[in-house]
Amino acid sequence: MKVLVVVRQVPDSTTNIKIQAGGQDIERAGVKMVVNPFDEFAIEQAVQLKEKRKDVASVTALIVGPATAAEALRIALAVGADDGIHLQDEAFDRLDELQTAALIATVVRGGGYDLILIGKQEIDLDSGQLGPALAELLDIPHVGTTVKLEFAADGKSFVARRRIEGAEEVVQVSLPALVTADKGLCEMRYPSLPNLMKAKKKPVKVFKAADVAGFAAAVANLGGVKMHAFQPPPERPPGKMIPGEPEPAAKELARLLREEAKVI
Amino acid sequence: MTNDILVFAEQRNDKLHPAALQIVTPAKELAARTGGKVVACLIGGALNAAVEAIDKTGVGAIVTVSAPALANYSALRYRTALAAVIGKVQPRVVLLPATFMGRDLGPRVAAKVGAALATDVVALSINAEGTLDITRPVYNGKASCHVGFPKDRPAVASVRPNTFPAATGGGGATREALAYTPAPGDDRIDVKEVAKAGGEVKDVTEADIIVSGGRALKSEENFKIVYELAKELDAAVGASRAACDAGYQPHSRQVGLTGKTVTPRLYIACGISGAIQHLAGMRGSKVIVAINSDKEAPIFKLADYGIVGDLFKVLPAMTAEVRRLKG
Repeated sequence: MKVLVVVRQVPDSTTNIKIQAGGQDIERAGVKMVVNPFDEFAIEQAVQLKEKRKDVASVTALIVGPATAAEALRIALAVGADDGIHLQDEAFDRLDELQTAALIATVVRGGGYDLILIGKQEIDLDSGQLGPALAELLDIPHVGTTVKLEFAADGKSFVARRRIEGAEEVVQVSLPALVTADKGLCEMRYPSLPNLMKAKKKPVKVFKAADVAGFAAAVANLGGVKMHAFQPPPERPPGKMIPGEPEPAAKELARLLREEAKVI
Repeated sequence: MTNDILVFAEQRNDKLHPAALQIVTPAKELAARTGGKVVACLIGGALNAAVEAIDKTGVGAIVTVSAPALANYSALRYRTALAAVIGKVQPRVVLLPATFMGRDLGPRVAAKVGAALATDVVALSINAEGTLDITRPVYNGKASCHVGFPKDRPAVASVRPNTFPAATGGGGATREALAYTPAPGDDRIDVKEVAKAGGEVKDVTEADIIVSGGRALKSEENFKIVYELAKELDAAVGASRAACDAGYQPHSRQVGLTGKTVTPRLYIACGISGAIQHLAGMRGSKVIVAINSDKEAPIFKLADYGIVGDLFKVLPAMTAEVRRLKG
């Protein structure tokens, strides 16, 4: 079994977001970048599969992004991925999510990957498009928002539990397949310093646009949305603090929610 | 492409998701601009009550794809069915609810039919060029942006639940049933079971009102006072990451960056300080109430109403008062 993990690099969730003058994007300078938390779950799941099962031949980590995205790839390698693929070209920066899925599909099609793991969404744009779209373009089944994965002994199928509103769906899926990871699947181990050093020696293939045969055609017929007019969130008017002892304060709160806010 | 707006009216077991009724509201506004009609699409097993319910929202046409194989959601089968409906209707815009199903299905279908896609949108319009332009939150709600669509392909958007009121009015929409023609390999996903999680209590993503507890509750047992208020308000119970990590509540109830994003009418945060990771999941709520003993807690900056005090005293008093008001 060959496993592929798709990794994204995103601004740390505690970062202050400043919007560029003109509103065409956020300020990128000085923003601390980290591995997308949902992709961490996917990385760990891939590595655990390799540790637990004899039939997992390799785990490959893939990222699309500028030279600085290599750092996120290195973390995946330090945690236990065997090799990396870095799709790095200015032309790739202009792709939207669906087109990025088409790019990745073009690169990994024919690569013999039986299982593709990816986080359920990226915490910067929160679009969640990449996983399901990649599965569609590769014509393989996918299971979204997965919290548990159990492989059949023969390694040809798995049973997954996926989170939905107020319930969990239990689905059986045959390989090859794609799985998007939700919180609960597993927590990524901390990459140790020696492993981060060793990760530098693991092979990483870099692909430019010119190295991807059929790139232009693959991204021409889908997607193409453009983000513009970034704005800070609307200001909330200052709230009303209700003073006093717990009991009268609670009574007053209930009254305000009923008579003023009209929500109960 | 026609000028029609297609709405994916999500249902399970012949019961519409509340968000299905809500997304007809922006669909009607868009159709008024494009000069087309709103077409609702229902995919499932037996479809009767759900069809009647969507007909009461004033859609112009209803297309159903009903088959035993579609009784449970399957990303592959539903993709095949929805792509067939899109092929038939040729809509300019397709709207789905940004639910677990809509967010799972939208990207697959958009990739299948060669459309463009934006997810989790909160405002939609048709611009001067006649194409869709939407607004969506980004960076955990710390900013929002517009997204413009190309002219030459269908625009697909999933709409955040509880953003629009449920549509009403009308009836007598034209009805058409399409057959489900399985694509090769549609059976590669087999739904074994849909298991209810967390007993009979409402899920946070489905609730109009959420009462959430944080680490200050100190134990699973103490969450009882949160559940009691939730029961009086017919609300769901949520929890902060700290409370879930401490084992007070299951992760399925976690609201926040790595939990669920919620947009209820009323969100009551009890003993939650308001870390960025939590705010990311609930800042879209209409009315926010904070009850916390620490008057410096960041949650108060976001709250419409706040009480600085001991939640073990405030919550039971609140529960009693709500019970009294309900009579």
